[in-house]
Amino acid sequence: MTLIVPLIVLLLIGVFHLVSGIARPTVEAMTIGYVDELGGFQQYTSQGNITLVRFDTQSGATEALVKGDIKEYFVIPPDYISAGGINRYTLEKQLAASPAITAAINNFLLGNLLAGKVPAATIARIEAPLNLVTTRLTETGDVAPEQGGYGNLIIPFVFGVLLALSIIFSSTYLLQGLADEKENRLIEILLSSVSARQLLTGKVLGMGAAGLVQVAVWVISAPLLLNLASSSVGGFVSTIRLPANFVVLAVVYFILGYLLFAVISAAIGAISSNSREGQQLIGVFTLPALIPLWFTSLLMFFPDNPVWVFFTIFPLSSPVEVIMRVGVSAIPAWQVVVSIAVLVLSIIGTLLLTIRIFRTYLLMYGKRPSIGEVIRSLRSG
Amino acid sequence: MPAVEVSRIVKTFADKVVVNDLSFSVAQGEIFGLIGPNGAGKTTTIRMMMDIIKPDSGDVTILGEKLSESTKNKLGYLPEERGLYKKLRVLDSIIYLASLKGMDRHSAEEKANQLLSQTGMLPHKGKKIEELSRGMGQIIQFIVSVIHDPELVVLDEPFAGLDPVNVELLKGMLFDLKNQGKALILSTHQMNEIEELCDRILMINHGRSVLYGNLVEIKSRYRSNSVLLEFEGEMGEVPGVAEKRTHKGYVELVLDGNTTPQQVLERLVSQRAVINRFEVATPPLNEIFLRVVSKAHE
Repeated sequence: MTLIVPLIVLLLIGVFHLVSGIARPTVEAMTIGYVDELGGFQQYTSQGNITLVRFDTQSGATEALVKGDIKEYFVIPPDYISAGGINRYTLEKQLAASPAITAAINNFLLGNLLAGKVPAATIARIEAPLNLVTTRLTETGDVAPEQGGYGNLIIPFVFGVLLALSIIFSSTYLLQGLADEKENRLIEILLSSVSARQLLTGKVLGMGAAGLVQVAVWVISAPLLLNLASSSVGGFVSTIRLPANFVVLAVVYFILGYLLFAVISAAIGAISSNSREGQQLIGVFTLPALIPLWFTSLLMFFPDNPVWVFFTIFPLSSPVEVIMRVGVSAIPAWQVVVSIAVLVLSIIGTLLLTIRIFRTYLLMYGKRPSIGEVIRSLRSG
Repeated sequence: MPAVEVSRIVKTFADKVVVNDLSFSVAQGEIFGLIGPNGAGKTTTIRMMMDIIKPDSGDVTILGEKLSESTKNKLGYLPEERGLYKKLRVLDSIIYLASLKGMDRHSAEEKANQLLSQTGMLPHKGKKIEELSRGMGQIIQFIVSVIHDPELVVLDEPFAGLDPVNVELLKGMLFDLKNQGKALILSTHQMNEIEELCDRILMINHGRSVLYGNLVEIKSRYRSNSVLLEFEGEMGEVPGVAEKRTHKGYVELVLDGNTTPQQVLERLVSQRAVINRFEVATPPLNEIFLRVVSKAHE
């Protein structure tokens, strides 16, 4: 996993080059025909790579199509002005006309309808009236160093997914290891060598260090891969940016998120009698971590909804939620501070509970205690 | 100084007193038997000695030191429920578990090789645990419990699942440890093993001590007033014998209250009987066990 994710990104860049190399010839010049039954459509026959050729009759156009001289043709019927219908004929089985052809026909019709009525420059503007360029200003009116846009969302989104997976994987490993040791009774030998507290600490720190190395490799390789991708792939990819403070937040929230889930996993490992049972139980806790991923599109369109504040502060969802929000909008500092504080407090609270659960249930085999029994024993113990 | 001194330990689980005011000590160079019916509190007592769980009250001292993280390295434990990491190789398993007992890798490997060769397991050291038979796995666990040269070794049912060859091998190694001055505690339901190996025993029932002391002394205390006899020919009436029970190959003479075994022997000799075996009957530990337990249930 650690190296696989950066390698996959490298591979994707490679595949992009390969595919774009193969796919490029299809963009070459193309000729399509048209039959003008209405009259007056003679200009603007060159639309980018697409050349439009006029035919007098539909049978002539069909003949050229069958011979392969033209790719397809369309007919402008006499009632076009009132009805607006255009009939298109092609030999290919398609879902719909390709966007390039649709745009070419659209601009050809537009140009001819407006020809002579408005200046050519105006026609060009009517074809593409909106080219939005957004600039984010700071409160002092200067251009902000960090601009918004979809390019900002990509890395945090991918990272949110990776972070959730990484937290869930490492805590599941921990749970599985503990449940296995319990199942094969090794736990008794381990506990006669080290204390329950040492065992818990060792497991959490060991798995945590492994997980942190993984996240560090991803975070460090991200800018390098991004540079490679933006210089070689270009286009939208070159607009992808790492939001400011992203690396710091990613590492901090990984550590805190992991610790919380690790301690919960340890408690569940201690009360379950085998790893399968433990994994069913841990699902209840890993679900909230994934909630921010489900609502990505809502977050994109309504970034100011107060519900995100809740997910930012709720400890089980906050690691992934904060990372995702960083990409969409700026998070007020107080929310980050509160969310970190709540996370830290939850970790301490769960740790204290887990140590008690560890002492009570680690050596009990057989039936898993019910939640009620665990709560009762925590109260009395 | 005793190797282990257990003093008035009490353990309660959810209002149930599992170990109740239990005290005993085990000397260095002694094999000590811990017996009792299922659910008597043996495993809980062992876990408290191994510092896996803490007693509610009372103390356990190892060579005069109270149990702590540092005394854990002086303890060796073969639990009744056994298991190792299935995917790990034999040598790696031993070295890892020895390192938890504070051994460095080099000396752990050296000692592991020595013990593996002593138990005839050296050819298997590169195998994964899951490839071993049950008995072999048990030998590996025994090695794990003694590799760090502990002062106290607790073995819970150490012979269960072993073939007779390995049982003898293990017994030999236990006597070696005893001769090195280690204290061994043996918990088993196989009373013949206890009789063969142990110097002293503790029997617990319902968390309390019901029998404690020297095995020979305990057996003589439970002596029924009878003798076991193997002889040739016919035997007439022997004065002082209240009842004659015939067993396979021998007879048991139950004496009346006023007669001693010595008197019976004199009378038999005077009858000119050919006697091959004459033995004052001490009940097997098994019988004492059953008698004590059933008395507790009355």
